Amino acid sequence: MEIQALHDVVHNSRDARRQQTLPKLSPAERDTLIKKFHPDHREAAYRPVAFGPNEGDMTVRELASVLEGDSVVPDDLSLTPHYEADVLVVGGGGAGCAAALHAHGQGAKVLLATKLRLGDSNSVMAQGGMQIAVAPNDSPVQHFLDTLKGGHMKNDHELLKTMVEEGPSIAKWLLELGVLFDRDDDGNLHVKKGGGSTKARLLTCSDYTGLEIMRVLKDEVLNRKIQLLEFAAAVELLSDEQGACTGAVFQDLDNKRFLVVAAKTVILATGGIGRLHIQGFPTSNHYGATGDGLVLAYRIGAPLVQIDTFQYHPSGGVYPEQLVGQLVTEGIRSEGGHLVNGRGERFVNELDTRDVVSSSIIRECEEGRGVRMPTGRVGVWLDTPLLEAEHGEGTLDKHFPAMVRQYARYGVDIRKDPVLIYPTLHYQNGGVKIDVNGETSVKNLFVAGETSGGLHGRNRLMGNSLLDLMVFGKRSGLTVAERVQTMSHGSLTLNHLQRFRAEAKKHRVTNQVTSPVVLPAYAEQP
Amino acid sequence: MTGSFDTEKAVSREEALQPQMVTVEIAGKSFRVPAGITLMKALWYTGHEVTRGAGCLGGFCGACATYYRTKDDPKVKTCLGCSHAVEDGMSFSFAPAFPARKATYDLNELENPKQDLFKLYPEAPLCRNCNACTEACPQQIDVREGVWKAVFGDFKAVSETFMDCVMCGMCVPVCIADIAPNLVGVYASRAYGVREMEKPPGLSDRIQAIADGEYADDWERILKMSDDELQQTSATIKS
Repeated sequence: MEIQALHDVVHNSRDARRQQTLPKLSPAERDTLIKKFHPDHREAAYRPVAFGPNEGDMTVRELASVLEGDSVVPDDLSLTPHYEADVLVVGGGGAGCAAALHAHGQGAKVLLATKLRLGDSNSVMAQGGMQIAVAPNDSPVQHFLDTLKGGHMKNDHELLKTMVEEGPSIAKWLLELGVLFDRDDDGNLHVKKGGGSTKARLLTCSDYTGLEIMRVLKDEVLNRKIQLLEFAAAVELLSDEQGACTGAVFQDLDNKRFLVVAAKTVILATGGIGRLHIQGFPTSNHYGATGDGLVLAYRIGAPLVQIDTFQYHPSGGVYPEQLVGQLVTEGIRSEGGHLVNGRGERFVNELDTRDVVSSSIIRECEEGRGVRMPTGRVGVWLDTPLLEAEHGEGTLDKHFPAMVRQYARYGVDIRKDPVLIYPTLHYQNGGVKIDVNGETSVKNLFVAGETSGGLHGRNRLMGNSLLDLMVFGKRSGLTVAERVQTMSHGSLTLNHLQRFRAEAKKHRVTNQVTSPVVLPAYAEQP
Repeated sequence: MTGSFDTEKAVSREEALQPQMVTVEIAGKSFRVPAGITLMKALWYTGHEVTRGAGCLGGFCGACATYYRTKDDPKVKTCLGCSHAVEDGMSFSFAPAFPARKATYDLNELENPKQDLFKLYPEAPLCRNCNACTEACPQQIDVREGVWKAVFGDFKAVSETFMDCVMCGMCVPVCIADIAPNLVGVYASRAYGVREMEKPPGLSDRIQAIADGEYADDWERILKMSDDELQQTSATIKS
């Protein structure tokens, strides 16, 4: 069928669909749907981790393999430091910048290292917004309950309470740095409703929320002259005789040399794992999202939590081919956009949680109600022109300029035609276990942002990631800044690595890969 | 569907199987690549190891600023390499990092941000209206207009003009007055937020309410609940 004919199914069913309301699923229905169709429940994709802190725990094969991987660092590497800092922040996205700025603000000597450029991250792509309970009819308690429901009640209560209660002061901090959140006529912060939330709670900067926040944070990191080490990939942590973290080894991506950084405390803010393409899924993640922080923390002995659950964002691009896996903002559904199958029918309440919506899209496609494009890919429609019909012409240009541009580049006018979507690997729900200050079970090793786990349960609620980054970036930054005042540098050893290697040998791990992966191997080999 | 993304290859099987191949020139050397793939994928497809010039791969971070020219057209254009498709006869080069000067400042300490612009970026008012910056912008921002608005002190308008700016910096090397318009944009936009915008009145009330323990009773009730009770409570909340 020609693409126009496929589009017509959506156009022709629009008026009838507008009369319809679809109920949200009951807890039991959600459960059944997810167990049958969500990729987290595909047993064949999972295996137990062979050794280390999470020995025996089930996770996806891609992650198990890098956790058991060997380091590129030789046992006898000279550990004379090239750099010294009170606080070493690894990662230059939202969590890394927030941690660096807060630690620096308290007078700590901070070094921020990243394998790409400062700011290159998933954070910069966040379009949907940031959940903070600021509206008069809302409260941190509501935010807590919504998140818990979204996370299937598996969220760490203490971490979650900390996040929702600190939300409003994070909004204040960002405003004071000049972040231009959308406002209402009375000057208050404008809030939008996100999937899985009972209240309108998303703070936005049109559909450039992450970009606006990162532009500001990056600019501020540069203003403060925080020491930067760019194009340097963290490949191993360092520990002292007691097992506390004392720094890290980096590999310069330009000349491949090892760089040793001695630090009193280390904050890992390396983001997620999408570029490992779990279960063969395309991903919305940035180029460097290869799970490096999980690997580094694991080798030094920090346990991970909930590593069997990932978020597949409902709306990844399917067509045109250039947009495969790229995120289509959830905002379209927040504003009333319908999901429509190949027969012109709605099949899920579009504002249900991400795992429910993704599972239902997979169900439609697996049961033959999807839409197959000439490229061979399958998906369902997201009815974007509906927003123009519903809220008036110009709505998409005004509220979704980034998305209009994203598609216009390839000749698709989302104001006139719907877009095809399918779930894309978006977020690592679990990660390194932390306490409310971001500290792991390894002394002086902190983790902030997507690399950490427990907060989001088995499904992260839309808009909670940006807040997570800021809250735990801030808390880890402030905690280390205070701690470094009364401590000295520890010794630099690779004892933990030697132990890890001995264990790998004992467990006869074969086909050991080198990890962290650092960058995906996309270049065709001769 | 899910298995169709070949994780070992830059280009998915569907793309590679497309019969149509095109010829492109990458940094002066000719290659055959599948039609319709992005410039970034063309780099991978032709065996280039990419460590610089790739970031979010979604058109938001500005890492992959690229110069390109289409067949027989003398005009050199700009784009983001992660979000632009190859065409037959196209010639392109990824832009190296340009050594622009960023002024450093403390927005709260500035005496008069509109005047201080001329101290921090003294070249800003020297714009000669050549419009090269606007033409160089892959985001179609009216960059020249934005610079003038900054010079005239309309920082609110600057913030609106530059909201789409991904900081790729393509406007900088073309400026004959050595202005870095994107950096002027960030400065003016932040200065507007910090110094001109009123703080939202409701926000401080909410922060105060949390500090005063206004939700303490709710928390106590909630945190005592078993998982079952919590589940029931969350399920009954109505929007």
